[in-house]
Amino acid sequence: MQPFRYSRPGDSREACAAGAQPGAAFIAGGTDLLPLLKEGARVATGLIDINGLPFADIRHEAAGAWIGALSRMSDAAADNRLRQDYPAIVEALLASASPQVRNLATIGGNLLQRTRCLYFRDTAVPCNKRRPGSGCPAWDGQNRGNAILGGSRSCIATHASDLAVALAALDARVVLQGRHRRRQIPLTEFHRLPGDTPDIETVLEPGELIIAVFVPATACSRHSTYLKLRDRASFEWALTSAAAAVELDGNRIRRAGIAVGGVATKPWRLPQVEAALAGARSEPATFRAAAELAGQEAEPRQRNAFKIELMKRAIIGALTKAGNLP
Amino acid sequence: MEPSAGGRCSVFSFRSCKRSPAMPNWSRRLFLLSSVSSTLLVAAAKRLGLVRGSAAEAPSTSAPEVQTAEIVLTVNGADHRLSVDLRTTLLDVLRDHLGLTGAKKGCDLGQCGACTVLAGGRPINSCLTFAVMQQGKTITTIEGLGEGLGEGLGEGGELHPVQEAFIRHDALQCGYCTPGQILSAVAFLNHEQEPTDDSIREWMSGTLCRCGAYPNIVEAVKDAARRVDGHAAVPL
Amino acid sequence: MKNFIGQPVDRVDGPAKVRGKACYTADVHPPGLAYGVIVAAAIAKGHVVRLDTVAAEAVPGVISVIHHGNAPQLAYAPMEPRSMVDPKVGEALRIFQDDAVLFSGQPIALAVAEEPEQAAQAAALVRVTYAAEAANSDFARASQTARPPRQSAQPWSRPAELRRGDADAAFAAAPRRVDASYEQPAEFHCAIEPHGTIARWDHDHLTLWDKTQWVDHDRTAIAHVFGIPDDYVRVICPFVGGAFGSALRAWPHVAAAAMASLLVNRPVQLVPTRRQLFSAIGYRPQTVQRLRLGAGEDGRLTAVIHEVVAQTSVYEEYTEASIEPSAMLYAAPTLRADYRLAPMNVNTPCPMRAPGIVTGNLAVELAMDELAETCGLDPLKLRLRNYAESDAQKRLPWSSKSLRQCYAVGAERFGWSQRPATASGRRHGRWLIGYGMASALYPAHRAPASAHAELRADGTVAVTSAAGDMGPGTYTAMTQVAADALALPIAAVHFELGDSLLPSAPAHGGSMTMASVGSAVHAACQELRTKAQELDQRVRLPGDDRLAMQRAYAQLLARHRLDRLTAETEAKPGEEAERYSICAFGAVFAEVRIDPDLAELRVARLLGVYAAGRIINPKTARSQCIGGMVGGLGMALTEQGLWDDRLGRLMNASLADYLMPVNADLQSVEALFVPENDRHLGPLGVKGLAEIAVVGVAPAIVNAIYNATGRRIRSLPVTPDKILGLS
Repeated sequence: MQPFRYSRPGDSREACAAGAQPGAAFIAGGTDLLPLLKEGARVATGLIDINGLPFADIRHEAAGAWIGALSRMSDAAADNRLRQDYPAIVEALLASASPQVRNLATIGGNLLQRTRCLYFRDTAVPCNKRRPGSGCPAWDGQNRGNAILGGSRSCIATHASDLAVALAALDARVVLQGRHRRRQIPLTEFHRLPGDTPDIETVLEPGELIIAVFVPATACSRHSTYLKLRDRASFEWALTSAAAAVELDGNRIRRAGIAVGGVATKPWRLPQVEAALAGARSEPATFRAAAELAGQEAEPRQRNAFKIELMKRAIIGALTKAGNLP
Repeated sequence: MEPSAGGRCSVFSFRSCKRSPAMPNWSRRLFLLSSVSSTLLVAAAKRLGLVRGSAAEAPSTSAPEVQTAEIVLTVNGADHRLSVDLRTTLLDVLRDHLGLTGAKKGCDLGQCGACTVLAGGRPINSCLTFAVMQQGKTITTIEGLGEGLGEGLGEGGELHPVQEAFIRHDALQCGYCTPGQILSAVAFLNHEQEPTDDSIREWMSGTLCRCGAYPNIVEAVKDAARRVDGHAAVPL
Repeated sequence: MKNFIGQPVDRVDGPAKVRGKACYTADVHPPGLAYGVIVAAAIAKGHVVRLDTVAAEAVPGVISVIHHGNAPQLAYAPMEPRSMVDPKVGEALRIFQDDAVLFSGQPIALAVAEEPEQAAQAAALVRVTYAAEAANSDFARASQTARPPRQSAQPWSRPAELRRGDADAAFAAAPRRVDASYEQPAEFHCAIEPHGTIARWDHDHLTLWDKTQWVDHDRTAIAHVFGIPDDYVRVICPFVGGAFGSALRAWPHVAAAAMASLLVNRPVQLVPTRRQLFSAIGYRPQTVQRLRLGAGEDGRLTAVIHEVVAQTSVYEEYTEASIEPSAMLYAAPTLRADYRLAPMNVNTPCPMRAPGIVTGNLAVELAMDELAETCGLDPLKLRLRNYAESDAQKRLPWSSKSLRQCYAVGAERFGWSQRPATASGRRHGRWLIGYGMASALYPAHRAPASAHAELRADGTVAVTSAAGDMGPGTYTAMTQVAADALALPIAAVHFELGDSLLPSAPAHGGSMTMASVGSAVHAACQELRTKAQELDQRVRLPGDDRLAMQRAYAQLLARHRLDRLTAETEAKPGEEAERYSICAFGAVFAEVRIDPDLAELRVARLLGVYAAGRIINPKTARSQCIGGMVGGLGMALTEQGLWDDRLGRLMNASLADYLMPVNADLQSVEALFVPENDRHLGPLGVKGLAEIAVVGVAPAIVNAIYNATGRRIRSLPVTPDKILGLS
């Protein structure tokens, strides 16, 4: 790890100014940043510790929930109102990492965590995300964990967050504080597709911070769930996951929000699946037919083609559970 | 006691060992120095009576800046004032600066849980946070649990009920992950009144045990849950 | 008075371990300690052309950057004969001795600094220029040109082939046949304690605090590296944070630490990073095994043909006993078994829990399940029908074999009779339920060992041996043995191990510690008791009262004005191994539940029933066997090394990407022991448990998966994609 300067600003103006400096990195929980710094996959010359900023609250309003970016994953997971009104969020959080990690890691940091692509984390090998222009050995390499959706010839790294998948399905918005303005954008527009610049992962501007996530309270959000499939029973990222939020009208689906994880380069919403569900009866045949549409755009590589089918099954599994929620 | 007993399979006779001709006598010369490029190597060579070698090279680039900080850490009820390299993790401060080696380094990447300590009563991976960021937190390590501050094998004060249960149920083998397992379990029982097998398994999955003591760990945590009764108070 | 042997005595080192007071290698912090961090090769084959250390040396606190360009040439005197833990053909990697790169991850430089952060920074700043060559790093391709191991005159060499009758003809003529290939990936020990070394020179004497399963070998090996006498080196390792075979050899980083300490004239700690560990030590080699079983209509085996291809490095031939299980497990009249090596640009594999045996046993037990189906027989009945009443390969009787009892107890306890008769024949809600079983065996070994026992003025005894305890409970078991031999309370016995200054002991591996060191402790303590009695034949030692005995010893010593009384004994195996085939046996039963839609799999129950001679401590023995089953579950379901064939690099070198089981992967796990009184095994009557516990587990689980789903999966690990038939 290279040496860095350390500061702990007392307000967001100061933080954003410091964060805009070249080589600066914000640190909150540090659970993703420290390993990257230790392994040299990331170099920062200045760390801006934002834990002193007042963004750790979770606030509930009629319109929805404001989850402060600095609230710990464990705090959000233990929030009763979140559990009642947005179960997919809490389920996704509890399926993430370990209790120890969740006690350090923050909501904002979770959305910004870097990919688990094996090549990204090993500085001895090329990676376009880590070293732009160096190449993507995952393309023809050990790509079982990589993305089948949203990839490019430059990068097929999977976005690893569980939480982001749940938030995507729930129409969440991210609240950003920059040097000059505060703005809100839909979570689904927060992360960028890799294209030719996989090193640029979000729409964040220099010095801009996530300060909160807003989740609208809807009939859908209350009937939501997160299903995670993985190679071991716990403490493991998703091989494939699905978040489903369903608003029911009797046995008909009025509206659905569906997103998938472990399969795409960013949290992946599936509008075509949602369209097929809207107005249809809540039953297995509907789920299957809708899930089939999820695979249409998939572009698998040698070792991850199974994810197309696994993704469909995860969607069906999540829908089955969400569709049966009271 | 004989330092080198016979009859073993790897018997080595020094006299019969083939040595490099450049090393006629090991007692004077341990090595043949092939080339030497730093002052230290020269110094080492001199120490060994070998003075052959090229002159040392001076470093040609300026030193990168290293940042240190004066910090105060509250560990096991005591404040410690330290000067540390900013890059030092909480784990390394505990182990290298405070001598609290009960916190173990397994992976240094937050992937094994051996370094688990409590911060404000909650388990965290001490390898995943810089020490400078933990000022003002109340840190508890395995050494601060219960009253077991005694030294040496099997000695010391009273054990915490979770520690006792780990012994009773043999919830450890090599013992390396054990401090992390125990602290994780203590924090769990502080907020979980009626744990189930599944809730224990899920919670304890953040600490890997390669010896595979998992089933015994579950039994130990269940047993301890019946006995904790506020005994487990850990400073929050 | 009840013996402690056979009792579930609590771990004597338990209090130290639960307090965090047990001192593992990296917990040692001698004054003046400097820290070393390895620079590892990024290519799999070629040469280092240039190594630019200017930036690294400029880092404040850096003391030295050591590499082949400035490192001293070390003696590397050959060990003759080679140790049992080293490959018999090839040469171990010599640290920083030349510019050749033989595998990706090979240590090529070492940055030494005042603080670990500085050393890590410096290591990251070393700029290396390589001349890369095409590497041999594709196992599928390498196995096409696999060749027999070169034969060696060294002791402990293994046969590359086993023959019994004309197996090929018998197979061709067999009415029932199985012909299948099984793939097992490389598996990594991943002990939670990283390997590490602290080296300190005091003039020309070297002290190593090193993670090792064998302090004596470590000492001798490093003495050879430096060309100094054995007794100039002392190795200390009182606690090992798990090893499973990975700490038998003296790995290159041990020599690197010693070299660095000498050069910087300070104690140096060297702990490879977790990523580096995957190539700094060994691993279980990747294998492909073709197994052909020929049988009569009744399931009686007529032929076994077993062909194993295993990877090794380009610089050493690491071989395993993988072909032995096919020769020993069942009573087949004909056998052809061949072991082949596929050398690759990888670091040399090494023993990992039940090396070779677990591999060969896997193939045989998977194939037996297939044969059972082919013959329309219950898998357990098939095994009973082919029960080996003697070791047909060695042509020796078993010293004892209680496998039949293991089957019976296991089947009864597990409820084997409830096994779904047809695949995917039982459902419980969304779960398909499957039962599977497998046999297990592991040859018992014993080696010469010594122990020293010292009665002290207070009637307590200090017993020592240069043994190891990586977790099975050596401290506890030896304490029990000593306490019984001297009729003392547990608390009056202090057992010490893990120091090469202590009486010599064999490798703490191969399941032989209890039989070897235990016998020495037993003998030394018996001799000590005799000596105590001989001080005064008129005194009747109260051997039926432990506290009175302690007082009596104290009084005897006091009366004779002795502050201590000592005995040291070497215990050697007798001729039993020439007259009998000695094996531990076991039967493993597994129940899996699989959601066929989501490919979720839970191992609902694992039951291992073992016959391993006398069980010294049923509590720690049960733990050890449960732990072995957890390891076997990882082998079956999650663990695999993933090399990038083009880069020749292991890509999942982390504990987040190499998946070992977590707590939530286990549900009901139980281990039972069948009582076995085998008088051919030496004074303690033990066969050892460490290895047998992992054998048979993976095939039992995979056979259960077949029973649940009807899907034969012949490639480990069985991941969700394979369960769905998608990969």
